Formats: sequence, structure tokens, C-alpha cells
Amino acid sequence: MRLLNLFKIAFKAIVLNKMRTLLTMLGIIIGVASVIAMLAIGEGSKESIRSTISSMGSNMITVIPGSDVRGGVRQDRSAMETLTLSDFKVIEQQASLLSYITPLVNGGGQVINGSNNWPSTIYGVNPDYLNIKVLDLQSGSMFTDAEVQSASKVALLGQTVVDNIFPNGEDPVGKMIRFNSIPFKVIGVLEEKGENTFGQDQDDVVIAPYTTVQKRILAIDHINQIMASAISEEDAPDAVNEVSAILRSQHKIADEQEDDFYVRSMEELISTFSSTSEMLTILLVAVAGISLLIGGIGIMNIMYVSVKERTKEIGLRMAVGGKGSDILMQFLIEAILISITGGLLGVILGLGSTVFIEKFLHWPTSVALYSIVISFAVCAITGIFFGWYPARKAAALDPITALRYE
Amino acid sequence: MNKEIIRIKDLKRQFTMGNEIVQALKGVSFTIEEGEFVTIMGSSGSGKSTLLNILGCLDQPTSGTYEIDGLKVKDLAKNELATIRNEKIGFIFQSYNLLARTSAIENVELPLLYNSKVSTEERRERAVRALEMVGLADRLQHTPSQLSGGQQQRVAIARSLVNNPVMILADEATGNLDTRTSYEIMSLFQELNEQGITITFVTHEPDIATFSSRTIVLQDGNIIKDYPNTKVQSAATELAQLPIENH
Repeated sequence: MRLLNLFKIAFKAIVLNKMRTLLTMLGIIIGVASVIAMLAIGEGSKESIRSTISSMGSNMITVIPGSDVRGGVRQDRSAMETLTLSDFKVIEQQASLLSYITPLVNGGGQVINGSNNWPSTIYGVNPDYLNIKVLDLQSGSMFTDAEVQSASKVALLGQTVVDNIFPNGEDPVGKMIRFNSIPFKVIGVLEEKGENTFGQDQDDVVIAPYTTVQKRILAIDHINQIMASAISEEDAPDAVNEVSAILRSQHKIADEQEDDFYVRSMEELISTFSSTSEMLTILLVAVAGISLLIGGIGIMNIMYVSVKERTKEIGLRMAVGGKGSDILMQFLIEAILISITGGLLGVILGLGSTVFIEKFLHWPTSVALYSIVISFAVCAITGIFFGWYPARKAAALDPITALRYE
Repeated sequence: MNKEIIRIKDLKRQFTMGNEIVQALKGVSFTIEEGEFVTIMGSSGSGKSTLLNILGCLDQPTSGTYEIDGLKVKDLAKNELATIRNEKIGFIFQSYNLLARTSAIENVELPLLYNSKVSTEERRERAVRALEMVGLADRLQHTPSQLSGGQQQRVAIARSLVNNPVMILADEATGNLDTRTSYEIMSLFQELNEQGITITFVTHEPDIATFSSRTIVLQDGNIIKDYPNTKVQSAATELAQLPIENH
């Protein structure tokens, strides 16, 4: 009852000073809105990075040869021939946390169909590759293990390659093409994937059995990479360790020696990119937080002026029976009302500007519920914190001096 | 014999101003009974304001006793004093002290807002009744700036009545008003007094004292005179005799 009355009194005081209240709120409104918008931008970019990487296969694990020192000279990684098919076979047999695994050899060259040609990259893999990279077929079919065994000259094309060497829109499946001088029979076309986050065209590929690519095109015995898929995203870090252990024993690496290979999971890639955008988010939120703080100081300032301005009123309220605690609560409620209303308007403005940013600037955004909760809580606490001191001052006034104050 | 509303015995109040001790009240004693209309007179520095503050439970005496409606005020905590002010005393000030941009009815409701025993409906009802008593039943929603000085003081009087106090304490209540309006206000006070409301009126204007039933005169912190007014003037009659002004 009493609190309700005080609430009414405080509300009345706010309504009587609409303009001043609004200006005071502005700091809080802008503070809260920017915290929400900034966090939404930060979260949005993080999510977009995560989803692009996921579409490349989030539980993907790659093994690449490490650099080595030969005669004191550290060698370039691409020159390494330390990864072999037997490595692949050992991992395939021993690893328990992998669902798919393929060796990978790749090389650049010209794809030719009659008078049309296009520079592209050929990837030599086994049928597991489609599952690892999360690729779908638009038409045709994947080559079989038997075709890998026999090093068949069959290939699948990415959409970019199809567009460039079959400009008239004919169905490439069943047609003969050449990669450099080697003829291939097209047995399928990959579903279009577009560019990845790093601007790489994922459709500019030719896929063929690794045996074929090794023997016919590159004429090598080693392999460039091993690609695998962990059973699940959670198992990826353990799978990385497992593969490392297998390879270390396979390569007979002593305990004190460094690995001569690298095993990476997508998870690491995600965290690398996420941490960059996280850093940026922290910066943005810090700026927004400062404006929230300034908003709070604005409240304190106005409450101070308000106490000073209404000294006589406070004296009267005390004379007609208002206790010190009543006066304290009145001003505190006033401060909290201002900050909470400001906070609410800030949330609305923040959500509004997030929609605006998404719609018109085409930045990915994602409003996190916690950002609303946090900024709103900060704002309520700001109200109490910055309202407390002026309210205390008002409550401590001596009724006689307050009444005589001019 | 009537019920005693106020009993003051050997009331002293001293202030420390730097190294000097100022005796504002040097041992004041009197009682006020229910239904009295007392004016407390005195020039500035006579201790009048100090006495008023103590009577209004805004200040505590240094020594002596003060009882209001049978309650000993001395040594009460701040919050208990606030409750006494809220339930026993109705304040009226020289400068009205109404809340600006707040309607008459809301101004009158103010003391009841600090009394949790009064419900919202009762509060409104009592405020309307108080405003009717001071003749402002048709001005409930007017704000102070829409009212004349006399009307503003009437709102203040209604505010002092709304909590059914045992005593109304008026501090120079007519000080800001012209003669005609102050006679109107005095006539209202007399009416209220006739209805049995105890009034203590602090003033320095001798003609105001002629409307009360008793006058206490203070000088240098002592009571120099305390006499019943045998010939109480009627403010309404005086008002009728004033030359008609053209407004």
C-alpha cells in the first residue's frame, strides 16, 4: 500500500517533467540499444563464420605433411612426400573415431571439352570424399571402390567447370572430356555450393579416383592429404589425437621429436575465426558500455538537480508526515523508473536497429537473449546505483531547513 | 473542563552558533485545550518560529516536556515524529507550499498518501470533503497556477484538515494575502473553530489576533502575555465592512 503510493508519487514527478525525463533517458536508451545492436552484429558474424565452416564439414579432419629439416634446411610443406598411402591405410584400419576417410591428391590443369577449356583443380579421392565434404550430386553418380582399384578414368565436375566447358547447357554426364591430355568420362555433376567465407569458389573442381590422379596426371606415389570425418563434432578433438598417435607410431617418431605432419580439425579453424570476431565484439560492447555508464551519470545528475529543485517540496512532504525512508524510496523509485523505461525503450530501439542493419546493410545479425537480459539488468542496477546517492541526500534533509529553503 | 490538546512545561530550546549558545526559548509553559483558537504573537527573534517548530514536531526541545493529545513527544525517533505530524497535526504555511502542476484534490490527498491505513477510495472521499469544507468543491481539478492566492491557501487549509488532526498549526497563514482575502481566510478559520477544530495561529499581525479566542505573546524566548480574548471579532462582519474594491 505504502509502496504503491510512493510509486504513484514518483510516477507523477516523472510525468510532470516529461522533457527532462526523456532527455535523461536518452543516455540509457542509446546505451542499451547500442549494446544490443553491437552484440547482435558480433553474434551474427560469429554465427555466419560457424555456419560456413560447418557447411564445409564441421567434423572434418585433415592431415597434411609437416615441414621437415633436410641437411639443416627447413623444407616447404608442399614439397613434402612424407604422407603415403600406407599411412592412410593404417589410419583407416586403426582409428576408431572416424566415420569416413580418404586420401587426397590434387593438381592444377586445364579441363577441355572440344574447343572449350577451363583451368581448374583435380582432386583425387575415394568415394568417402562426398560424405566428408558434405557434397551432393546434382546428376549422375559417384565412382565406386572398384573404379578406384582399377584407376578408371572417370570424373565428376563442379558447376563452375560445367558452365565453362559446356556453355550450351547440354548434360555433361556420359560425355568425354580431357584433363590436360588425359581423357575422362564424366559420370556426375556436383550440387552447386557457391563461395565459401574466404571467397573461394567451391564449384571450381574436378573429382576423380585418387589412383587415377596419382598415376595418370601427377605421376607420384605419395599423397598430399588425408581427409577424414570424425563420428561427431564432439569427437573431433579426440579423433585428432588418435590420428596423431597412429601417425607418430607409423612414422616411428621418438617421444622428444616433433611431428612431421599436421592434423587439424575444423573446430580449430572455427575458434580461430571466432576469436577474431569475438575481439571485435568486446571492443564494440565496451564502447556501448561506456555510453551506458554515461547514461547512468546523466541520471545521477538529473536526480541531484531534482533534489535541489524540490527541496521545499521535500520539506513539505516531511511536514505532512513523510518519513526519511519515504523520501528515499520516492527518489529511488523515480531513478529506477527512468532507467527501466529507458532500458525498455533501448531494447526496442536496439532490436529495431538490428532489423534495420540486417535488412538494409545486409550484415548478418543474431540477437542473443542474454544481451537483452544483461543490458537491461545493467540498466536497472545503474538506476539504483546512481539514484541512491541523491535519494539519500534528499532523505537526510532536515524538514525545517528544507521548508525554509528558497 | 475540556480535553487538553497541548501541554507544554518549562520548554527550553538552545542553539549552538559557533562558540555562542543562543537561548531561543527560555522556559515556556502553557496548555491548549480542545476547541481553542490560539494566536501566538511576537516580533521576529522572539522564539515564535522555534516554538512553532517544536509544536509541529519538526524540532525537539532541549529540555522541558511537550505532550500532544496525551503523547509525550520528547525523545521520540524521527520516524515516530513523522507519524505524529501525519496523524495529529495539520500544517498551514505562509507560502501555501502546494505542489506545482498538481491538482487541488491531489494536493489535499498528499498527507493521506503517507498513511497506509487509508485506502485509495477513502483518500479521495476525504479530500473531496475537505475541499467542500473550504468552499472549493468546484475547483477539484485546478492546479495552483489556476487558483488565486486566497484559493491556494484554502487548498492548503483543506490539506491540513484532511487527516482529521487534533490541531491545525498555521504559520503566518495570511502573511501573503491582502486584507480582504486574509479576512476571508480568518473567517474560514473561525468557521472551522466553531465546528470544534483546535487552531494555533502564529502571526505578528495584531489585528489577526483579535479574531482568536486567546493570545500568547512571546518576547526574547519568554511568554510575556497570555490572555483570553473576551471580545472576539467576527471576521465575516469585518469583511462586510471593508470598502468594496473594484477588481
